[in-house]
Amino acid sequence: MTTDLGFWTLQTLNALQLSMLLFLLSIGLTVIFGLMHFVNLAHGALYALGAYIAASVASVAGFWAAIIIAPLGVALTGVLLYGGLIQRMRKSGPMAQVLVTFGLIFALLDLTRILWGDLALAMDTPALLSGQVNLLGVTYPTYRLFIILLGGVIFTALALTLARTQIGAMIRAGVDNDSMAACLGINVERLFFVVFCVGCALAGLAGAVAAPLLSVTPGMGLQILIPTLIVIVIGGLGSLKGAIAGSLIYGFVQTFGAVLAPQLASVLIYALLAAVLVIKPVGLFPAKG
Amino acid sequence: MKFTCTAALTGLASLFCTQMAAADDIDVGVLLPFSGVYAALGNEIEAGFTLGLETFGSDLDVEIVLHREDTEVTPATGLTRARRLILQDDVDVMVGIVSSGVLGAIRDIVHGAEVPLIVANAGNDEATGADCSPYITRVSFSNSQVNRPMGTWMADQGIGTVYTLAPDYAAGRQMIDAFTAAYTAAGGTVVGSDFTPFQQTQDFGPYIAQAQASGAEALYVFYAGGEAISFVNQYDSFGAAEGLPLYGSGFLTSQLYVNAEGESADGIVTALHYVPTIDSPENAAFVEAFQAANDRLPSEFAVQGYDAARALIEALSTGANDRESIATALRQVSFTGPRGLLSIDPVTNNLIQPIYVYETVTGTDGMTQTVLAELPAEADPANGCAMPSVVSN
Repeated sequence: MTTDLGFWTLQTLNALQLSMLLFLLSIGLTVIFGLMHFVNLAHGALYALGAYIAASVASVAGFWAAIIIAPLGVALTGVLLYGGLIQRMRKSGPMAQVLVTFGLIFALLDLTRILWGDLALAMDTPALLSGQVNLLGVTYPTYRLFIILLGGVIFTALALTLARTQIGAMIRAGVDNDSMAACLGINVERLFFVVFCVGCALAGLAGAVAAPLLSVTPGMGLQILIPTLIVIVIGGLGSLKGAIAGSLIYGFVQTFGAVLAPQLASVLIYALLAAVLVIKPVGLFPAKG
Repeated sequence: MKFTCTAALTGLASLFCTQMAAADDIDVGVLLPFSGVYAALGNEIEAGFTLGLETFGSDLDVEIVLHREDTEVTPATGLTRARRLILQDDVDVMVGIVSSGVLGAIRDIVHGAEVPLIVANAGNDEATGADCSPYITRVSFSNSQVNRPMGTWMADQGIGTVYTLAPDYAAGRQMIDAFTAAYTAAGGTVVGSDFTPFQQTQDFGPYIAQAQASGAEALYVFYAGGEAISFVNQYDSFGAAEGLPLYGSGFLTSQLYVNAEGESADGIVTALHYVPTIDSPENAAFVEAFQAANDRLPSEFAVQGYDAARALIEALSTGANDRESIATALRQVSFTGPRGLLSIDPVTNNLIQPIYVYETVTGTDGMTQTVLAELPAEADPANGCAMPSVVSN
């Protein structure tokens, strides 16, 4: 095992990068669940859709257009899903919701296969973000730093919106007690709709920024779903703090697990998940006490 | 020769039945994944297989009837479909199988029912080792066959130490074990080795950093499909090529997805049984025909399908017309194809073929390959395979 400080700095950055990617994905899912009590398993499929849209747009209009258009495209899909399915499923209980959104995963997966084919797609990083930079004594890929930075910016923006703005206060009220919030004159249904669309857009953004880093394959949404659910369960449902804490825990356990105990790497995070469920079943920072 | 096709794909029959099979027809079961993570491979093998039948089947005086079944990636599904082909469709021969898991699941029923099976991908060593069968003939590759020669070759190039990485599942371990055994026997040292959780690893950064810190002269990896693309992109983004050149099993930079890797793949040296830039008249003809039909360059998977069709037709042209005689004829097939001279090892029924060491380079029209060395064909060790020798008819 190496004692070189640079090595550990590098791995810390790797952990942060993975955490931020997961954060972008889990924040949408957790707030949708917290606010609407709706389990949207199709969230991973929306992430894959974002990656596909981004890869297609990037090949025509470049990277920057892609990471703007992909979230919008996915949000639009979210609008259709909301109007067509989710609104009707709101009152039908968690089991039916899980089944419907689980089915949606496969419908969307086959849709991406029909539209884009089975072969994996690629997306180039823009010239500005390719290459490496020297930071804290290590050479680190610029694109990964961009992901860390983007995650930080989104976290700050969401934290400020939730804590300081009127709509943030309404969302918090809705998560806390939706019927009381409705009695106070908040249009909870419209709030749900807005939050759902923002959550979808963030999933699309996660897909778009993941595309140059990973490969764009039909199965990518299924692969990321389990880590995202783990993040949410560890962090606690419905809260921003929970999503960021869960993501950081997952990123660091996964990265340092791979370095320090490679044989246990795939087990460690599940062991942690089990421990959290036993000790604090509601997660570390649930929205409701 | 005419083709008739039956499709038993649930609901979505994409081919149609034209006429009932007559008694002297040869019924061929095609067992490939057309959905699931290996769908791209299934389609590629089928494209090669169809082209092979068209190219070599014209002189045949029997009619080939195809029965197409989707194995998905699940051993249980593969078994159900194989059973249907054998018992219900009463096929004379079966072709296909991408996943080694599916091959393992259907091995006993194929062996028990004495139906010849031409394996067009699945590389599990055991299938032509301890679990070999006179009815299972492999025209693709075995996991050790592709990696073993690369161990010797890298040691011969003066590379003294390597670090290895592969996904943590049976094929990953077989590939790396075969490489390691040959490499250390030739005098090299493996300084470290990691197996990454299979299909759960999004970020290879920690492993790449670990390999860089190990001080090895080179990195040897096996990754395939989506993982290969992620790995190559991430390896490149770390600028790791400078101190730690990347070598590997050739699936890493397969023609099927090298263009998704783009220039990140430039300079990677790998070994495989086929690349589209092999310089031979047979390969030139194959590449041209495949490109005309499919508008893309063929990959190793396409050539496996193509050679499977050719092996089948060579066997049929000897006059073989039932399960027993086709199985016997398949074991004696030998021809020069796009990959070079191919023959079936009578001891294991695995294909004996040359292995090509190639470097992926940036071409004028996407990524292309430069063949660095053609390593001579050699048979795999029997690995516990015991079966009756071929009785010539």
